[in-house]
Amino acid sequence: MDMNQYLSMFIDESNDHLQSLNENMMGLEANPDDLSIVQVIFRSAHTLKGMAATMGFEDLASLTHQMENVLDLVRNGKLVMQDFIFDTLFKSLDALEAMVQDITGGGEGKADVSSIVASLQAIVRGEVPSAQGGSAAPAAAASKETEAPALLDEFQLSVLEQSIQEGLQVLFIEVTIRKDCQLRAVRAYMVFELLERFGEVVKSFPSVQDIEQEKFDYSFSLYYISQKTAEEMQTLIMGVSEIDSVTSVALDVETLSQLARAEVAAAVEEAPPAPARENNPPATQTPAAAPKREEAKKAAPAKSAGTPSRTIRVDIDRLDVLMNLLSELLIDRVRLEQHASDIQSGELTETVEHMSRVSGDLQNIVMKLRMVPVDTVFNRFPRMVRDLAKSLDKKVDLIITGAETELDRTVVDEIGDPLVHLLRNALDHGVESVTDRIAAGKPETGSIQLRAFHSGNHVFIEIQDDGAGISREKVLKSAMNKGIVTAEQAAAMTDNEAHQLLFAAGFSTAEVISDISGRGVGLDVVKAKISSLGGNVTIYSTPGKGTTFSVQLPLTLSIIAAMLVRLGSEKYAIPLSSIVETGIVKRSQIRSVHSSKMVEFRGAHIPIVSLSAIFNVPDYDESSEEETEIVVIRKGDKLVALTVQDFIGQNEIVIKNLGKYLPSTQGISGGTILGDGQVALIIDANAFIK
Amino acid sequence: MAEDIKVIVFKLATEEYGIEVDKVQTIERLMPITRVPKTYNFIKGVINLRGVVIPVIDLRGRFGLDEAEHTDQTRIIIVVVNEMEVGFVVDSANDVIDLNRESIDTPPEVVGGIKAKYLDGVAKIGEERLLIMLNLSEVLNKSEIVQLESFEG
Repeated sequence: MDMNQYLSMFIDESNDHLQSLNENMMGLEANPDDLSIVQVIFRSAHTLKGMAATMGFEDLASLTHQMENVLDLVRNGKLVMQDFIFDTLFKSLDALEAMVQDITGGGEGKADVSSIVASLQAIVRGEVPSAQGGSAAPAAAASKETEAPALLDEFQLSVLEQSIQEGLQVLFIEVTIRKDCQLRAVRAYMVFELLERFGEVVKSFPSVQDIEQEKFDYSFSLYYISQKTAEEMQTLIMGVSEIDSVTSVALDVETLSQLARAEVAAAVEEAPPAPARENNPPATQTPAAAPKREEAKKAAPAKSAGTPSRTIRVDIDRLDVLMNLLSELLIDRVRLEQHASDIQSGELTETVEHMSRVSGDLQNIVMKLRMVPVDTVFNRFPRMVRDLAKSLDKKVDLIITGAETELDRTVVDEIGDPLVHLLRNALDHGVESVTDRIAAGKPETGSIQLRAFHSGNHVFIEIQDDGAGISREKVLKSAMNKGIVTAEQAAAMTDNEAHQLLFAAGFSTAEVISDISGRGVGLDVVKAKISSLGGNVTIYSTPGKGTTFSVQLPLTLSIIAAMLVRLGSEKYAIPLSSIVETGIVKRSQIRSVHSSKMVEFRGAHIPIVSLSAIFNVPDYDESSEEETEIVVIRKGDKLVALTVQDFIGQNEIVIKNLGKYLPSTQGISGGTILGDGQVALIIDANAFIK
Repeated sequence: MAEDIKVIVFKLATEEYGIEVDKVQTIERLMPITRVPKTYNFIKGVINLRGVVIPVIDLRGRFGLDEAEHTDQTRIIIVVVNEMEVGFVVDSANDVIDLNRESIDTPPEVVGGIKAKYLDGVAKIGEERLLIMLNLSEVLNKSEIVQLESFEG
């Protein structure tokens, strides 16, 4: 069967499951006694394993399988969650994520996870390295295993049953090593290595660990899942030297269930709690009672497995095509409107008006289709903050609000990295260490608030910490040392201006500065990225109280409001978001300062730049004009006046790139198609301000 | 090896050139071109091809020939090479012919002032006609242009 057609679905769903695993693990960490969360986690892991196995990603499947083993013990109350287990499970999730990433990139999802697997197996065996808080339960489980060696637990049984149903071979293999063998453990190890290569050892007697320590006589037996037949495996194992004999029997569901019954009977004698398990048929895997399941739903409100999906996934490229078609329709609409008004036919005008309304609605819908909640970016942050706080040995609560705020897909795709940077910054430099916080009379757990909200045509994302705030003196001092500002400039700066220095290019590159100033690692990159999205970052900080980074973003990148201007026969669009105001200046008002032209604007002198000169416009030259129209544009705090011939008016424009052959042209950020079908270039205001 | 390929034939000055048909998306009549400032001289600008903005190259300019006045015959050939969509302004384009790959010879050093590396070969059709096959990825290679310019400058 060709699996490629399912691959993208597999990747999407795997990512969903990984996300929900991460979220629920975080929930469980906050609330370790809530077994209903474990149920949700277990189910997610189980589905993931099934999908991976079906798609042939063996490494993925076997790692999830090991995770399941641990989770199974937890949900059955045999194992109490503790830090080491959480860490190992989180590590496993990271490994799984890396694998899925690899598959997304066209790889085979292979990864060396032997150390994680070893940790997971150690946990299953009840060997938790840290303080053995709940050691009684796992130890009991372990000892039971040695007493009743052939015992398969409910979970292992169900794995075996499912494998048979999926058409795999389930073998019971018994290997005896020659009596004169010197290094039994080594031979056993070779056998296991061979087995791992062709399938999966579900259970062995004695346990793998005992075998490794040579705690067995001359034979061991195991349950094994593989695609090979019993005979093939027998021959393969006999290929290992110093093996005396191998018996390999293929099991069917019938013999398995007989085995299970025999074992349960045996368990009744040995361990009283076991019969409770018998009441739950292994196949259903949902021993939780109904109220418990409701709780589980509450824990994972977004993705409960059973509810039928009311959404479909759409390839973003198809949406882009739809968008293109729609913008063509809009252009034709403008033309039709023009014709209709020329012809002056009532009926035609009416029809065109109706069409205008319909296409307007259509445009709204398509825009909405492209909107995704920022949640898709935010949801990886709790995990990141948790890990980072741990490694920094700080205590932090991340409070997320407004995760449902919607943004255009193109913006959401781009905004993740800058936000990661700002969050790391808040955690690393903003929130103080526990001792410092106590000394400052604050609660030892710091808080970082991540907020998203709409405001007009913009979305704001704010990251607010309750840390020490930015020290103006330290920032200014290091900025002066770096030669970014002079002493006089520094003295004249407002607090806000001083804070903006953190975004200065030279500020971040120095290694020592982050230690002195406490902030400023790579923030210029953040600023550049957000500016390139047409957004803006501002800092508000109160010493001792904390710092807020406020990121302002446009709702969408593909349709913007722009001012259309004329230069001779050419038309250009200037994004409204970078325009401060428009006006007219007299030639006589333009002065030369240090051979560059300046104009007075609201009491300050700002540079004035001739667009037609920069763009070499062939049929327009403003130097003969008495008065000239200017557009004042802004990048951060800096202003520049651009001279143009005429203003055409304000318009909503659809942004198109100039094609792969012209990926970047200085001063131009793209093109748009006007009502007459012509292309107008969009001016990149950032390029005019150094 | 006797494989036939279909070739779009177009004219530039006095020479006839060929591009394999599967690299050609469409052939368009001349349409309004929006000039893009601050780019190579031979890039005439961008056009709106049914909602997609596509850069247009004057092939005469690219090959260092004198630019010609646009006429009724002028065409824009839209080609797709390495996922790049680019339009070529040519003097005329009005023929599709079948060509046997074996009839394409390695190009001489210079053909009508065009450097050999832009050419894939020269095919002889009939008695009189010579068809110059273009090496499109070389024609569109920008890194080479930058080098050339900095060398001369």
